[in-house]
Amino acid sequence: MSEGIGARVLRKEDKRFITGKGRYTDDIVEDNQAYAAFVRSPHAHARIVSIDTTAAMKMEGVETVLMGPELVADGIGNIICGWGVTSKDGSPMNMGAWSALATEKVRYVGDAVAIVVADTKSLAKLAAESVVVTYEELPVVVGSVEALEKGAPQLHDNAPGNLIFDWEIGDLAPTDAALAAAAHVTELDITNNRLAPNPMEPRSAIATFNEAEDHYTLYTTSQNPHVARLVLSAFYNVAPEHKLRVIAPDVGGGFGSKIYIYPEEIACLWAAMKSGRSIKWTSDRTEAFLTDAHGRDHVSKAKIGFDKDGMIVGLKVETKANLGAYMSLFSSAVPTYLYATLLSGQYNIANIYCNVQAVYTNTVPVDAYRGAGRPEACYVIERIMETAAREMGVDPSELRAKNFVTSFPHQTPVIMAYDSGDFAANQKQAQDAADVAGFAVRKSEAATRGKLRGLGYSNYIEACGIAPSAAVGSLGAGVGLWESAEVRVNPVGTIEILTGSHSHGQGHETTFAQIVAERFDLPTENIQIVHGDTDKVQFGMGTYGSRSGAVGMSAIVKAMDKVEAKVKKIAAHVLEAGEDDIVIEGGAVKVAGTDKQMLWHEVGLAAYTAHNIPEGMEPGLKESAFYDPTNFTFPAGCYICEVEVDPETGVTEVVQFVASDDFGTIINPMIVEGQVHGGIAQGIGQAMFENVVYDDAGQQLSASYMDYTMPRADDLPNYSVHHSSTTCPGNPLGMKGCGEAGAIGSPPAVINAITDAIGNNNLSMPATPAAVWTALQDVSIKLAAE
Amino acid sequence: MKIAMTVNGKSVSRDVTDNTLLVEYIRDHLRLTGTHVGCDTSQCGACVVHVDGQAMKSCTMLAASAEGAAITTVEGLAKSKDDLHPMQVAFKENHGLQCGFCTPGMIMTATDMVTRYQSQGKELTEDAIRHELEGNICRCTGYHNIVKSIADGASKMTTV
Amino acid sequence: MYETNFHKASTAQDAAALLAKSDDGKILAGGQTLIPTMKQRLAAPSDLIDLSQVSALRGITITKRKKMGIMKAEGGETITIGAMTTHSEVAGDAELVKVCPVICQLAGNIGDPAVRHRGTIGGSVANNDPAADYPAALLALGATIHTNAREIAAADYFKGMFATALTDDEIITAVSFQAPAVAGYGKFPNPASRYAMAGVFVAKSVEGDVRVAVTGAGDNGVYRHAGLEAALSADWSAASVEAVEVSADGLMSDLHGNAAYRANLIKVMTKRALA
Repeated sequence: MSEGIGARVLRKEDKRFITGKGRYTDDIVEDNQAYAAFVRSPHAHARIVSIDTTAAMKMEGVETVLMGPELVADGIGNIICGWGVTSKDGSPMNMGAWSALATEKVRYVGDAVAIVVADTKSLAKLAAESVVVTYEELPVVVGSVEALEKGAPQLHDNAPGNLIFDWEIGDLAPTDAALAAAAHVTELDITNNRLAPNPMEPRSAIATFNEAEDHYTLYTTSQNPHVARLVLSAFYNVAPEHKLRVIAPDVGGGFGSKIYIYPEEIACLWAAMKSGRSIKWTSDRTEAFLTDAHGRDHVSKAKIGFDKDGMIVGLKVETKANLGAYMSLFSSAVPTYLYATLLSGQYNIANIYCNVQAVYTNTVPVDAYRGAGRPEACYVIERIMETAAREMGVDPSELRAKNFVTSFPHQTPVIMAYDSGDFAANQKQAQDAADVAGFAVRKSEAATRGKLRGLGYSNYIEACGIAPSAAVGSLGAGVGLWESAEVRVNPVGTIEILTGSHSHGQGHETTFAQIVAERFDLPTENIQIVHGDTDKVQFGMGTYGSRSGAVGMSAIVKAMDKVEAKVKKIAAHVLEAGEDDIVIEGGAVKVAGTDKQMLWHEVGLAAYTAHNIPEGMEPGLKESAFYDPTNFTFPAGCYICEVEVDPETGVTEVVQFVASDDFGTIINPMIVEGQVHGGIAQGIGQAMFENVVYDDAGQQLSASYMDYTMPRADDLPNYSVHHSSTTCPGNPLGMKGCGEAGAIGSPPAVINAITDAIGNNNLSMPATPAAVWTALQDVSIKLAAE
Repeated sequence: MKIAMTVNGKSVSRDVTDNTLLVEYIRDHLRLTGTHVGCDTSQCGACVVHVDGQAMKSCTMLAASAEGAAITTVEGLAKSKDDLHPMQVAFKENHGLQCGFCTPGMIMTATDMVTRYQSQGKELTEDAIRHELEGNICRCTGYHNIVKSIADGASKMTTV
Repeated sequence: MYETNFHKASTAQDAAALLAKSDDGKILAGGQTLIPTMKQRLAAPSDLIDLSQVSALRGITITKRKKMGIMKAEGGETITIGAMTTHSEVAGDAELVKVCPVICQLAGNIGDPAVRHRGTIGGSVANNDPAADYPAALLALGATIHTNAREIAAADYFKGMFATALTDDEIITAVSFQAPAVAGYGKFPNPASRYAMAGVFVAKSVEGDVRVAVTGAGDNGVYRHAGLEAALSADWSAASVEAVEVSADGLMSDLHGNAAYRANLIKVMTKRALA
C-alpha cells in the first residue's frame, strides 16, 4: 500500500496552511466579542499596596476591570503543579499559592494583577495602562544558587529558603565509594541555559459564557484541550467539565509551552462569565517572553569515575533547578523523573546518585520545553564523557562505545529499564556519514583558511511515550498518561479517527491516517483525523513528550483491532465463511482463496442497515479504545557536529551536522526527518544562540527578538539525517517517538565540537561569538603564560 | 479615515482609525487571516505581504500609507481559487512547513526573492536563499526544508 | 499603538508646514523603526506626516567632478541620494554601484529584504540609531545632510545616540557625498537584532583624507576613531591596523558582548573593511 506505514505521504493538512486558510485561535471572531488586556507587574517582587481602577472604568468602551481578591472570592482555585515530588527526608514539596490574578504579592515581572475587558484591543491596552497599582518593592533574587543562600529574599512563606524540594535518586554511599576507588575521576560544572520556547503563534484564548445554557466555550492555543478542561474544572472551579467545551483549533507550534493552563485562560473564562461578553486575548511577543513558561535553567556539578580500563564505575550529579516564581503544571517532574532517570545515558553504570534541589526565584515559571529534563541529562552525561576522554587521552567515541549498554532489557540504577537499541550501530552509521576518518584532513585544510575546526559527539537516549499510568502514578503524577481513540467507519466506508492527541505541526492528520490506510488498505483521502475539541473527542491526554506515536497511535491500533474483528464477523456472516478465513485487502473484505468478497463500504453499509448481521450483534461500526503503555520508549542515537570557528571574531559555523537515530518503526520518513531537523535547530539554538537573561532587579533583558537570538536560516546548516532502528517491543507498532530527539541530542554535540576546535573546555551555552572569543583569549593567555 | 486599496485584485475600502496597521486592516477589517503576527519588533516575517509587487512587513506599515496600493496576500497568490502557486506547491512537496504559522510569510518572501533574482538574472543559490530569509523566523522546520522548497519553487517559477 | 493623526504630504514644504502645525508631530519615512517604536508604546506622536508620496525626495543623482573647469573626471563624483530612497533602491542602483559600490553593499545588508523595500536613508539618518549603518558611512564619507532649511556637515549632524542637529520642524531632503577614492565597510551584526554590534566604515577621499567611523560599538552612537585614522593615513593596510591599540573605554557592554569584545571587533572589522 503506497500510503501505508513507511511511505513518504505528503501532508493532508498542508493545503489550508499554504493558502492562508489555517484557522488559528486569533483568526476566530465570536459574536459580541470584547478584548482583554492584563495589568502586569513591572516589578519582580513587590507587595501590592493598592489598585485604583477609577480612570480605566470611566473610559468609554471599557466593560470591566477585575482583580485578584474578587477572583478568590468567587472560588476560582489556585494554579497547581500536577506532579507531587517528595524530598529525600520524606516531606512533600512546598507548593506556593499561585492565583491567576495576584492578590497580595507579585513575584515576577509580568505577574498578572488585573484583567481589563474593553471593546477593542487598543482600548483594553490603554485602559490597562491607566490602572494605577501602588507597589511596595521587595528584594529580588533571580538565580537558583543565590536563592538558596542564607538571607536570600523569600518568595513563598511555605517554602523556607526558597526550597521547593530536595530530592534524590540512586544510592549515595556506593556511588561515593566507587568514585573514591576510581582510577580516573572527571569533574565538571555545568550550566544549562534558560530558554524561551517561542512557538511562532503567540498564545491566544477566546472565552465565551452562554448564560442561557450555563455553558462555557474556550478556544485556546493548547497542546492538550482535555487536560485543560480537566484542570479548569477540577482544580480551578471555573466550570464543571460537562459545562465547558475546550477547542484547540490550528495551533502554531507548542514545544511544551502550550501544555499548561495559564492565568490568562482562567481569567478570560471567569471574566466572560462576569461580563457576559466573549473575551479574546492574544499575547504579543514581549508578553510571551514575560509569561510563557521557560525551559531548562539548571546549575549542576557532575563527577564521573572510571576504572583503569576506562569502564565507568560511578556518576554523581548535584543539580539546582530554577522553577521560577510559581510551580507550573509539570514543573516538578521535569528536573526529577524526566531528568535524573536518564543520567545513565547509553552506558552501563552500576552506581549513580543524583540530588536535585528545586528553587523558587523571581522569574517566569519554568516547565517542560522540547525535551524537558532529558536535554539537561544528556548534556551532563555527554559533556562529561567527552571531557573525560580528553583528560584520559582516548578517542571519545571509543570511550563511549566500550561503555555502551549492549543487552536488553537493561535496568539502570535510576528507574529506567531500557527495552531495545543498538547504540553501536547508530554510532557507526553517524561516523560513516560524517566521514570522521577524513576529519584530520578537513581540520588542516581549515587551518590554512585561518579557521579552527572541531568535531563533537553526542550519544543520546531519552525516555518517551509517556507513560505507564500506574508507574507515573507511583512517582507522583496527578494524572494517568494513557491515550484514547475512536475509529468510526461510516456507512459509506469512509473513516473518522477521533484522537486525544493534538497536532500543532506534527502532521497527525497524515500519519494517523497512514496507519489506518495500512490496516484497512484504503486511500488516506478516505480517512479524516478529528482532534482538538472536547465536544468531539471522547478524552485525551494530548501531545507532548513524543507520545503521540507510541501512545496515541497505539490507541488507534487497539480500536482498529476491535473494528477489524467486527468487520470480519459481519463479512463471515454475509459471505457464509469462517471468520478466520476473512482477509482485508484492496478495498475489499474477502474470503481467502475464493472470489467471494464484500467491498469495504458494503461492510459499513451492512453494519449500519443491520439487515443482515450476526444475531445479537449491535448495529454500527464504531469502536473506541484507551491505551496505557507498558513502559516508556527509548529513542536513542548518535549525533556528530563539526564546526569551524573564526578566531578573530569567535563566530562559529556549523559546517556539518549528522544524526543517526533509532526511533523504532517510522510511519512517514518525510515527517520524521522534519521533526529531527526542527529539534536539531532548537538544540543548536540552545547551544549557540538562545539565552534568557535577567538583570539583578529581575527585569528580562532578552524579552524580544532584538535581544533573544532566534536561530535563522543563515545561522543553520543542512542536516544529514539517518536512521538505524530497532523495534520497540512495548507497543503494537514498535514505535519509539521522534519529536524531541533533535533538541535532546544536539546541544552537547555542538559544545563538544566547539570546545574541541578552540582547545578550551571551559565554555558555557550559549556559545555566542563573544563567549567563544573570550574562551579563546583564555587559551592564548594560558599559552602565553606557559 | 476611509482607506481604499486593491487587495488580491479587488478594490476594497474600509473606515479605520489613523493608527491602524496594514496587517490589522488585512486581518481584522478584510478578515483575510492568512497573514499572521508573530512578533512586535518587525523580525519574524509572519506578516509579509506584497505591496505594489514588493515584499513588505504589513505589521510595520500603516494602512493609511498603503492607500491606493496593490496588495497581494497569501490568499491571492494563486491564479485562481482552484489553483496553487508553484511556490505553494513546492512548500507542500518538500515538507517546507509544520505548524503552518510562519508559512504565509515564508511563501510571500520566497516569491519576492525569486522574482527579484530572476529579474536581475542572478542565481538563487542555497546561500542566497538563506541570506534572503533573514527576516523570516520559523521555529519548527530548522529551515532545511524551507530552503529546499524555495529552490524547488524557484525552478518552477518563470517571472521574466 | 496610541492614537495619532495621519497626514500624507505631497511635497517637502507641505510636510514641513504640517509638521509645524502639529502638536508633537513626527515625520513618517519608511517607518521601519518608528512604527515598531510606536507599537511598543515607546513613542506617541500626535501626528504622523507620511512622505511616501513625495516623489521629489526619491532617487539618486551622480554628478561628475569638474576638472580644469570643463573636463569631467573619473572618481570623486558627487552622489546625492534623496531622503525617501529605500535601502533596496540604493543597494540595487546600477550607476551607483559603479562609482561607490560600498554604499550599495552597506544598504543591501540593512535589516532584511522586506525592511529594505520600505526603509529609507532619510529615516535612518534622522533616527540616528547607535547601531545603524548609514551614520557610519556618512560620517566617514564627510557627507552633507540636506534639509528643507539648510545643509549640515555630517561631522556637525550626529550628536550622540538618537540625537541629531535637526530642529523640531526640520526635514531631511537628501544626503550627498563625494565618491571616495577607496572605501569599505566591515559590519559585525548583533546575532539577535542583526543591527551592527560593531560596524566600521573606512574611507579615503580623492584628496587623500582618511576617515574611520564606528557604529554599534560606542556607548554614545557613531564616532570617528582617531587612532585608526592616523594609522590608515600613514599606511592604508591591514598591517597598520594591527598595530593600533583599540581601547575598550567608552564602548558598550551588554548581554551580547562586553567592551573588550567590541574593541576587538572594531579592529577586526576595520581590517575586513580594507579587504
